[in-house]
Amino acid sequence: MPKGVTKITAFIIRRLLQTVVVLIVMAFGVFVSVYAIGDPVDMLIDPAATEAQRLEAMRNLGLDRPLWEQFARFIAGAAQGDLGQSFVYKIPAIELILLRLPATIELTVAALILAVGIGIPAGILAGLYPSAWFSRTIMSVSILGFSLPSFWIALMLIMIFAVALGWLPSTGRGDVVTVFGVDWSFLTIDGLRHLVLPALSLSLIPMALMIRMARAGMREVWLTEYVKFARAKGLSPIRVIGLHAFPNTLIPIITVLGLELGSLLAGSIVTEVVFAWPGIGRLVIQSIGVLDRPVIVAYMLITVSLFILINLVVDLLYAVIDPRVGYGDARK
Amino acid sequence: MHRWHSVMTAAALAAALTTTAAIAEDLTIGIAAPPTSIDPHFHNLGPNHQIAGHIFDALALKDEKQQIQPGLAVSWEVVDPTTWEFNLRKGVTFHDGSPFTAEDVAFTFERAPDVPNSPNPMSGYTKGIMELEIVDPHRIRIKTDGPYPMLINELSNVWVVSKKHGEGATTEDYMRGDAVIGTGPYKLVSFTPGDKIELERNDAYWGGVEPWENVTLRMIDSGPARVAALLAGDVDMIDDVPTSEIDRLRQDDNLDVWSGPSNRLVFVALDATEDALSTGMIRDHEGNVPSTNPLGDARVREALTRAIDKTVIAERVNQGHAIPINQIVPEGFVGYIPDYPLWTADPDAAKALLTEAGYPDGFQLTLVTSNDRITNAVKTVQAIAQMWTRIGVETEVETMPHSMFSPRRNGNELPVFFSSWGNLTGEASFFLGPLLHTKDKDKGLGGANRNRYSNPEVDSIVETVLNTLDIEERERLLQQAAQIVIEDYTLPTVVLQTVHWATRDGLRYSPRVDQYTFANHVRPVE
Repeated sequence: MPKGVTKITAFIIRRLLQTVVVLIVMAFGVFVSVYAIGDPVDMLIDPAATEAQRLEAMRNLGLDRPLWEQFARFIAGAAQGDLGQSFVYKIPAIELILLRLPATIELTVAALILAVGIGIPAGILAGLYPSAWFSRTIMSVSILGFSLPSFWIALMLIMIFAVALGWLPSTGRGDVVTVFGVDWSFLTIDGLRHLVLPALSLSLIPMALMIRMARAGMREVWLTEYVKFARAKGLSPIRVIGLHAFPNTLIPIITVLGLELGSLLAGSIVTEVVFAWPGIGRLVIQSIGVLDRPVIVAYMLITVSLFILINLVVDLLYAVIDPRVGYGDARK
Repeated sequence: MHRWHSVMTAAALAAALTTTAAIAEDLTIGIAAPPTSIDPHFHNLGPNHQIAGHIFDALALKDEKQQIQPGLAVSWEVVDPTTWEFNLRKGVTFHDGSPFTAEDVAFTFERAPDVPNSPNPMSGYTKGIMELEIVDPHRIRIKTDGPYPMLINELSNVWVVSKKHGEGATTEDYMRGDAVIGTGPYKLVSFTPGDKIELERNDAYWGGVEPWENVTLRMIDSGPARVAALLAGDVDMIDDVPTSEIDRLRQDDNLDVWSGPSNRLVFVALDATEDALSTGMIRDHEGNVPSTNPLGDARVREALTRAIDKTVIAERVNQGHAIPINQIVPEGFVGYIPDYPLWTADPDAAKALLTEAGYPDGFQLTLVTSNDRITNAVKTVQAIAQMWTRIGVETEVETMPHSMFSPRRNGNELPVFFSSWGNLTGEASFFLGPLLHTKDKDKGLGGANRNRYSNPEVDSIVETVLNTLDIEERERLLQQAAQIVIEDYTLPTVVLQTVHWATRDGLRYSPRVDQYTFANHVRPVE
């Protein structure tokens, strides 16, 4: 299908160009807003420092230059993949973030697996038997998942499973194994034990979402003609659900899943802080506290890029799931 | 009960999963402040010094009251006003077994001020050294430019590294751990940024062998999470206990709380200059810009000072976790005036002073503070605002994050602000020099003078103290200057913050005024 392939390639190129525009606009906005706030020198140096030491520190950080010059330097560096050095750690901001990213990815993926693995079956069940007692229970739990603040849930999980029952460790990442130069904790028993509570706490909101979407989708599809027909033909319920009904509920689920993956990567901040998880969320909170501007800007740019990338993958996945979806220019 | 159950489960699991025999002799501490580097000279920052203190020693060490004690130097003497001689400790070895000599000290003082890219260099601590001479392997002489009484105090912040491993080593080498070879009570095993630091006891430590075979410092920045980790038995001890949790932890039979005063003074700053009027933060009783600054009148400043009920702020606002103070240093520091009375609040006298100064109807102020640095800052300024409003000085409160607050304060946009100061040297000179000496770039004094205080008498005493080696004379001068600034009322101190650690039953920690958490100060109790 050469025509389809060209269309997809054109689509990808178009999206990537849009991405570059978004990133430049983002960079400008973030840079200006972050650079307009406060004075990082105050956060870094000794409060008793003399005026001369202050000026020296400002020069070292390049803060004595006018804003436009700082931005020009930043953009010139960014174009070559250099987002500046962390004021605090004095290593490239991007390196610092990439060093912490695996911990966040691990947590996010684990949370998403829990959300999908528990949420979708539960949602399907609730959709098939809407008035059964277990369906009502599932739906009540999903309301709680939505409405309780995540820091509170996180603390309650710690209080129950770590403090009262003593089954799981309360905080930290536990033992790690280095694979290809990256530390992973899900490969050790101790690491897995440390992963359970933060992943569960992070998964509650997307899980609630998955339950609701799967249930709504299932109820809708279950009443359509083709499903009725399949059931009338005498196909086994498993086959009807798995082959005919469920795949047709997937489009909205995949869309939401993509969005959720992005917002979990960027939004695991609270969970990371409460569980002392050494990921990028905690890094950026600490960086905001000390006004480590290059790290804040790099974090924003990386999370935005991840967001865009994930959405691109989601858009491409539509075609796999639903052959009717094409990639022509929307205006036609 | 539950806790014991969890401890037993954890112990059973640990026994099943690991082969370490001496689990009882290990210590895990949940620390609040994450270090930025384990290069002991890279970034002059409290959390970094805290880690370095486990692995390295300095010529002199500070005790719990921040007073100087012998370290790698057993003794020192001022040979003539500009020459100091240090006798180094003999028989000390680094973690790799190599002997510690004067060469290592000389190398340290060369490297420390010059680490490339340092966000806040150690140069302030080595600036007194003009020339360093090695007399013999265990004796050095340091020449200073003029009498330099703070030399040993400043050098106690410079951690001595091994020349053998440090020569040519970059901060990256330290971050990898290769060059982190000290003489201290613990050896570095691993450093995982944002997660934990693992240490192992130095069996050859000159100060005696530690009771803890392995020490893990876990970085848990969230207060409730630290408390939960302690309750769950994941850590044996935590620092910086949130004040709201102290009473609860005290009531727990399985836990102990260790509290003491810190070196951090909380104060209100008043800008008495006429320039302060342009900020609009000082208004007459009708809300207009007055013709003269009421804060320029010492009686008005005294009235504001006397109106503050420090006991209420310490006991109610801070639930007893703060100590009322009207001096510029805590007790035990050089410059503390022993018999000076602690004033009680007197709103009537304050009102009378205002009337006498020509403000019977009072005036209006805006009191500003940062809301993320000082414990209970917002509640405290609200209390102060009410106390001032009660004597007729209608006070508005404005709070903001420290990152927003500090540039405005430094730009003299906030004539009435609430802030704090940690005294790192244990002497009043560390309060007077930066905060109250007239701002003077050339002399390097008044760098943190944000209320534009200027008193020639104080300036001259501070400068004399800088050159006075005799400790008794220093103490007399510092007390004299302290009394002048206290009774000038431009920087009324309110309370001294307290600092808290919590441990499981069976451990003891001696509270340190510098707030550092050192595993080598944790002791088991029978």
